[in-house]
Amino acid sequence: MTQFSDLTRLPDARGHFGPYGGRFVSETLSFALEELEKTYQSLRDDPDFQAEFDDDLAHYVGRPSPLYHAKRWSRQLGGAQIWLKREDLNHTGAHKVNNTIGQALLAKKSGKPRVIAETGAGQHGVATATVAARLGLKCDVYMGAEDVERQKLNVYRMHLLGARVIPVESGTRTLKDAMNEALRDWVTNVDDTFYIIGTVAGPHPYPMLVRDFNAVVGREARVQSLEQIGRLPDVLIACVGGGSNAMGLFYPFVEDDEVAMIGVEAGGDGVETGRHAAPLTANAPRGVLHGNRTYLMSDEGGQIADTHSVSAGLDYPGVGPEHALWKDVGRVRYVAANDSEVLEAFRELTHVEGIMPALESAHALAHAKMLASTLRPDQHIVVNLSGRGDKDIMTVAKIDGVEF
Amino acid sequence: MNRIDQRFAALREQGRTALIPYITAGDPAPSHTVGYMHALVEAGADIVELGVPFSDPLADGPVIQKACERALKHDTRLTHIFDMVREFRRRDSETPVVLMGYLNPIERLGYRQFSEQAQAAGVDGVLVVDMPPEEADELAPLFKEHRLQSIFLVAPTTSEARAATICAHGEGYLYYVSLKGVTGAATLDVEAVDRQLDVLRKSTDLPLCVGFGIRDGASAAAVGRVADGVIVGSALVSRIAEGAERPEAVADSLKAVLGEMRQALDA
Ligand SMILES: Cc1ncc(COP(=O)(O)O)c(C=O)c1O
Repeated sequence: MTQFSDLTRLPDARGHFGPYGGRFVSETLSFALEELEKTYQSLRDDPDFQAEFDDDLAHYVGRPSPLYHAKRWSRQLGGAQIWLKREDLNHTGAHKVNNTIGQALLAKKSGKPRVIAETGAGQHGVATATVAARLGLKCDVYMGAEDVERQKLNVYRMHLLGARVIPVESGTRTLKDAMNEALRDWVTNVDDTFYIIGTVAGPHPYPMLVRDFNAVVGREARVQSLEQIGRLPDVLIACVGGGSNAMGLFYPFVEDDEVAMIGVEAGGDGVETGRHAAPLTANAPRGVLHGNRTYLMSDEGGQIADTHSVSAGLDYPGVGPEHALWKDVGRVRYVAANDSEVLEAFRELTHVEGIMPALESAHALAHAKMLASTLRPDQHIVVNLSGRGDKDIMTVAKIDGVEF
Repeated sequence: MNRIDQRFAALREQGRTALIPYITAGDPAPSHTVGYMHALVEAGADIVELGVPFSDPLADGPVIQKACERALKHDTRLTHIFDMVREFRRRDSETPVVLMGYLNPIERLGYRQFSEQAQAAGVDGVLVVDMPPEEADELAPLFKEHRLQSIFLVAPTTSEARAATICAHGEGYLYYVSLKGVTGAATLDVEAVDRQLDVLRKSTDLPLCVGFGIRDGASAAAVGRVADGVIVGSALVSRIAEGAERPEAVADSLKAVLGEMRQALDA
């Protein structure tokens, strides 16, 4: 028995991960969530469903994604060996599609003709628009107006895929507000609409099913590590917004006590400045938003705090409830990378390895860079390269003062 | 007996329907709220629902979202709202006051502190929109201990099994959400509401009050014929929004809207 074996038995029947998680929603949605839970429970162990999911992942997404040894960068850093789990090579360019493929299958089984999604960086929106196009489902994507501005390329991609992108002007005009609006839409159209949530947050059963659909990342990485490294890695590193790519990589390793895990949140201008999106690192108080209890950035009156990050996909005041528990029990260490460190890592990987990472993924790279130089060359770090950076070229160009 | 139960007992005796207005505390500024509450009572309110503003009001449409924004510009917090209720109680010791809002501000203040301070201020019931009975096992006993009634929502999508659970936990009255949607939507189907209330009556003796989509005397009267109470929010809050430049004049406007409903219900 390993130290953390009981962590794989969660959530409990009510969707709780210790004190976190749950189903804090207004009554209208309770029924839809109970139905979704039943549908998922009946399908998760159904071999036909699993076969269909695996087949889509292989032939539509292009899995398995490679585990790439970044030899040149490792040598330059002069420490541990860095391996990149290449989720950027998936169809649509990020890990997000693993989950949307899974939820689209659930949507198909439920017979609902319309899907909705919230999106920050636009990657989840693109992945949802993609599966909707393929299944002939109507698709509406909610996106904060600020993110519509900073992720224009993905907005147009979604249009081309036949989805409608609805800019959200309320609140802070970012991911949290997009999720508010998607939930309001769902309450109104619950009879004919399936809500595809893009991260391991939201009310039960979403954190569980998004985790399960993304766990393919960690299962592959485990096998690939044994084959290519000859043993399990010493450290896993992934960025954490809501936490789906980190959960996907970490979950299949959770009982491997010898594998350390580090989740990297968005440090923004620096956690000490208060201008960040790092609820775990900053030890934000416990709170309830979007259907679950978690670490949540809020002011003393309980109002949700403004967040700041160069990366739209991490610009979120909460975090998936399972991560909250993993912090408390000490299974994963959560740290933050600041915007400036992130941009440096973005440029460095692009130059040294010819791989342009998403700004979200660059958070994980920034920490890997720091850590690698403190380790020995016979130690191995696997970093989840959760997505490709094409969508961020405009953001980086703007920082460089370049106009098109 | 709790003020809410007392009020419904009296209404039942008189054969009248409860009229329950909602306004957001601190909208457009904290100094106006108590005056508005008194105005609502003068116009015939039986219970006053006082909204606790929240930055992310998921169950609310644009009208109440904007009310929250106006109130939060003045940093209206629970502690200020308790002060408002305390001040209201100086002139009105009879009208029940129900706080309605989202869980996070309560969670941040602390469940016990919230319960103690709410009771001390003179609050009678609490409706936490995003806390179904399944998630209430920590808070509900504290509410009981502090004589705060737990008011729960029932929706058109609520199954009979869930309705039974909710009825078993509910106190004061049940808040039946008349439609699938957010507050301020306008597609109320009275016949459908009537059918649902009939089902609910089989599992509870609690008064059944209907909210969402009631905007004038006619819709209030129609719902009043099938329900024990009607709840009106956005129709009042939009008057506050229209009068935000001259908030002193709003009290009369609130009285006019609510008074029309009172008349329609009593006719
Ligand atoms: C490439 C990429 N990585 C990471 C994230 C953050 O999400 P999560 O923490 O759920 O993996 C996003 C979200 O948009 C993303 O696009």
